[in-house]
Amino acid sequence: MYTLIIVPLVAALIAFVLPSDRFRPHIVAVTAAIHLVCTFRLRVGDVSEWGWLAVDPLGYLTLGVLSIVFALCSVYAIGYLRVRADRPNRIFTVCLLAFLAMTTGVTLAQHLALLWVAMEGATLSTAMLIYFNRNARSLEAAWKYLMIGSVGIALALLGSLFIGYAAFLGAGGKASLLFQDLLTNSEALSRPWIRAGFVLLLVGYGTKMGLAPLHTWKPDAYGEAPGLIGALLAGGMTNCAFLALLRIFRITVAAGEGAFARELFIVIGLFSMAVAAVFMAGQRDFKRMLAYSSVEHMGILVLGIGVGGLATFGTLLHVVNNAFTKIVLFLSAGNIHRAYGSKRIEVVSGALRRLPISGALFLTGFLAITGSPPFGPFISEFTILNGAIQTGHFISAALFLIFLIVIFIGMGATVLAVVQGVPSEKADTGFRDSFWKTAPMFVSLALVLMMGIWIPRQLYSFIEEAARTLQGAP
Amino acid sequence: MTQAVPTILILSVIANFLALGSSNLRALIRAVAIQGLLLSVFPLAFAHSPSLRLAMLVAVSATVKGFVIPATLFRALREVHIRHEAEPYLGLVPSVLLCAVGTGLALLFAGYLPLADEHRGLLIVPAALSTFLTGFLLLTTRRKAISQVTGYLTLENGIFVFAQLLHEAMPFLVEVGVLLDLVVGIFVMGIVMNHIQREFSSLDTERLSELRD
Repeated sequence: MYTLIIVPLVAALIAFVLPSDRFRPHIVAVTAAIHLVCTFRLRVGDVSEWGWLAVDPLGYLTLGVLSIVFALCSVYAIGYLRVRADRPNRIFTVCLLAFLAMTTGVTLAQHLALLWVAMEGATLSTAMLIYFNRNARSLEAAWKYLMIGSVGIALALLGSLFIGYAAFLGAGGKASLLFQDLLTNSEALSRPWIRAGFVLLLVGYGTKMGLAPLHTWKPDAYGEAPGLIGALLAGGMTNCAFLALLRIFRITVAAGEGAFARELFIVIGLFSMAVAAVFMAGQRDFKRMLAYSSVEHMGILVLGIGVGGLATFGTLLHVVNNAFTKIVLFLSAGNIHRAYGSKRIEVVSGALRRLPISGALFLTGFLAITGSPPFGPFISEFTILNGAIQTGHFISAALFLIFLIVIFIGMGATVLAVVQGVPSEKADTGFRDSFWKTAPMFVSLALVLMMGIWIPRQLYSFIEEAARTLQGAP
Repeated sequence: MTQAVPTILILSVIANFLALGSSNLRALIRAVAIQGLLLSVFPLAFAHSPSLRLAMLVAVSATVKGFVIPATLFRALREVHIRHEAEPYLGLVPSVLLCAVGTGLALLFAGYLPLADEHRGLLIVPAALSTFLTGFLLLTTRRKAISQVTGYLTLENGIFVFAQLLHEAMPFLVEVGVLLDLVVGIFVMGIVMNHIQREFSSLDTERLSELRD
């Protein structure tokens, strides 16, 4: 289990020491491959010596998605860094590997403090990734990300301390912050502190997830960072923050404040969807549009957990579907951006003609993420809707549907403007599709399609088990 | 020793108001440095049995918050030749008033939270919340990168106060949280600040406003 964290860290060290820019991208790809193999060899129930790291169904689900997302992005990175050979890539690759180590830590951490430390590490390593382009705009994005992110991380720390105090009041000096101990002693936890701590942690980790109203870093960061980083953030980092929220949610439910937590989840989820719908309508910048799409889907995730019942299963399924679809969208958007030298729809048109593969994938990715059959997100969004109706959340279900439709229309207008029409001669950087920069998207799209038609039996029973733990089973 | 606790906390809440009300960046940095120093000795007054480990935490945090960071900020101030007025988005008087209201609410809210017997009557929770709020105000209503960094520091100070409640029960959480947050956060902000300065030849985040919807 330690290898999963140590390998990327050692690789980061090697990448840092290596003098040449040429081999570093390959180090990232090899590390990603090792990480992927090790992840699939893990068994649920493995526990490290002190019990601070362990593989549980929820964490393993996030880890598996993270590992696949990172592997696909690392293949893309080979092609990407070849195009950007003019820039030194030392810091970029080191930060990528550090990001992998830290996010893996988040998925395995079974201790409230360790979870926070890993989350903080992941945040800091991504700040430098956003700043890769080293211009005024990416600097602004990185600064906003750091400022908003550090407020979020400070809130999460305060919230963790509150939970700690709740445990302290319950158990005195022997209080432990291991999730398992918190769950077993949940009766003794002081409920006012749990409530206050839950709110702080929801806002704190919600900032990392990009839930409205603390999503403001997202359009800037996703807009200015390379498409690859957008994919990693939207498909990896945000899921890790969601996992952190789920862990806190379990404790809050066990402590008897479940109704309170669910209500907050529903409100903040619907609010995020509403904000995304408003800002996606008439969005002129297609990368910022993707950022709002990410805000929307994070909203869907917390909404699904808030609704509960069947929707819990749908939400965990959506974690997988959203991550894979986001890869297709962000990587193809990155290619289109590079080919036109702009991400404004006034300039970009006719992507289907100029970049037949990326353009087509961008369009397909849009159809998938907005919930068109036969892709995975259709199944998971439908399950969440179903769950909302079954548990009697009729207003939430209606709003959910309305937002989905509004977003489909708003996003569709921007996407169609990008892919249709005739490419203008002026905006052309000479960049075209290449193998390394399209292959990962095909794999990802195949996964999204598979999730829509046939969910592997093992994955199915696995998600069911994870959903059961969220429903209050020990 | 715990008699000293409310005094220290009240002084640090006064430092909150000083920080929010100062129209000059130098005064702001000074107020936050004084608060950092005050709060660094606070664990010694609060702990039942001061240990070497605690003394080390105090020493590190006093050095970093009281000297290293203020010195770095003063140096940045000298080098960038910006005007030293605070230039807040929200006026000084309204922000001080807001902080006063917030402190009152913190007092009220803290009344609802149960405390262990040994922690009663020490004003720790309201002082922590009020300081946290001050940091938040500084972060969100100020224009210059330097004042935003002081805001972050104040936020940290608030957490530091609260963390003392748990230091004996869970030293690991408290120490790692406080130190990591402080050192790494400031380190990275320092780097970014450096780049901002080079890119825009100024530390005014107002110029960071190209990205909008």
